[in-house]
Amino acid sequence: MRHLLSAGDLSRDDAHLILDTAEEMRSLADRPIKKLPALRGRTVVNLFFEDSTRTRISFEAAAKRLSADVINFSAKGSSVSKGESLKDTALTLQAMGADGVVCRHGSSGAPHLLANSGWLTGAVVNAGDGTHEHPTQALLDAFTMRRHLGSLEGRRITIVGDVLHSRVARSNVLLLSTLGADVTVVAPPTLLPVDMTTWPCETSYDLDAALAKSDAVMMLRVQRERMNDAFFPSAREYTRRYGLDVHRMAQLPDEAIVLHPGPMNRGMEISAEVADSTRSVIVEQVTNGVAIRMAVLYLLLSGTSETPNTEETTA
Amino acid sequence: MSPALVPEPAPESVPETAPVAKAVPRTVLDASDISRALTRIAHEILERNRGADPVVLLGIPTRGVGLASRISDRIAAVEGRSVPTGSLDVTMYRDDIGLKPARALEHTDIPPGGIDGKVVVLVDDVLFSGRTIRAALDAIGDIGRPRAVQLAVLVDRGHRELPIRADYVGKNLPTSLVERVTVHLTEYDGSDAVLIADQAHPDKTRPDRTSAEKKSGSTDKTGASA
Repeated sequence: MRHLLSAGDLSRDDAHLILDTAEEMRSLADRPIKKLPALRGRTVVNLFFEDSTRTRISFEAAAKRLSADVINFSAKGSSVSKGESLKDTALTLQAMGADGVVCRHGSSGAPHLLANSGWLTGAVVNAGDGTHEHPTQALLDAFTMRRHLGSLEGRRITIVGDVLHSRVARSNVLLLSTLGADVTVVAPPTLLPVDMTTWPCETSYDLDAALAKSDAVMMLRVQRERMNDAFFPSAREYTRRYGLDVHRMAQLPDEAIVLHPGPMNRGMEISAEVADSTRSVIVEQVTNGVAIRMAVLYLLLSGTSETPNTEETTA
Repeated sequence: MSPALVPEPAPESVPETAPVAKAVPRTVLDASDISRALTRIAHEILERNRGADPVVLLGIPTRGVGLASRISDRIAAVEGRSVPTGSLDVTMYRDDIGLKPARALEHTDIPPGGIDGKVVVLVDDVLFSGRTIRAALDAIGDIGRPRAVQLAVLVDRGHRELPIRADYVGKNLPTSLVERVTVHLTEYDGSDAVLIADQAHPDKTRPDRTSAEKKSGSTDKTGASA
């Protein structure tokens, strides 16, 4: 594994390796000195063409805790606003000697282009590309669920909301099915992609029917900024049918947990009571995000940079 | 004396045994030797530190963890109380981390009481170049400030590359650099033994502890990784 572009690229062994490594990384949070020397002398560039709070901060914290040098780049206030292309930005980073590039871009496939174009020799980590994928979010969700539920083999996980625009949903479905979970996607018909048959999951339009047999429920953010069409009649109607409130939460089994990738629209897809309830692991997801990103950066960047062919298989 | 009375040694037996002896590892410590050495080390730790009170045992994965828990059992049997025992993974502190493919991490488990003000006894199977112990000392520095750090090893095979020595040694084993010292423990390998082989596998010029080798369950201390 040289890059992390899609959750679908990970085999079950790769995924377990990342999750187990993250488990060790997480214990660092209990130590007085939250720093490891693993990436000393490596440079990680956070290349963010799209707004982000937790993902960028999380990657920055992860890289710094591993002693890497971090350069933050955001499109606002850079030469991108003067019209510089992705290629020229990449060549600039290459000239500066970036060992790892964490890329968030509004266009699906941008990290893929960076990784495979030959513009960069460093490892590329997809930190969210358009409506395509967000693999580290899926990994941290799986990690959080594994810490609460144990093995995900045979666990029933329900993903609810704006699947059409959600890179989190796609990455999660791919990763969770790799890990052996039974995934159900619940959304209004207008917020599902046209052909769901290629997705390794069940589809439903009825949230109440799915809740009673869910070990974990993941609420997705309604992405107003990507909605240039009338996908549902009103916010109130969406909340009535697909929002998670305390009454719906009461239908969940006793041990079930509630996840949300953030940022939340409180009162829209998730009510404030649910978000702040004991079942909600939303704050813990952020903590786990740092551990997962440390694990990914460690596994991609700590080894020798000139990778012989035989080592392609070791993550 | 008639030459007919002296039985001539079978000449064909000599070339047969020589190459076989080179390939087969010989046992230098068997299960009871290991057991006696660990009992002695446990007593030495108690003697040197005047009891079990300040002692924290930290095993270095993989086999150091098993050895640490055995020493811990022996101390408990002698003192009537157990000493805090944990494990310390040093993978991220190694000086060769950027020279090899990324390795899977092992489990680090610091006992609840921490290590501040304690006497930390590091436990490892084979002491060779000393680089693992240097990495362990760095790792300890990030976790706390012990009153002292001591080192217990089952086998000291020499060839130090750093100014490091062990406080408690199961057996000093003079070796040449091409020899391989392998420690087998029941927990990981099904039996207790310390083996020495004359030469590294011909297919490996510098056998190091890679993740694949760790999974297969043998600790070879031939390269600079030990």
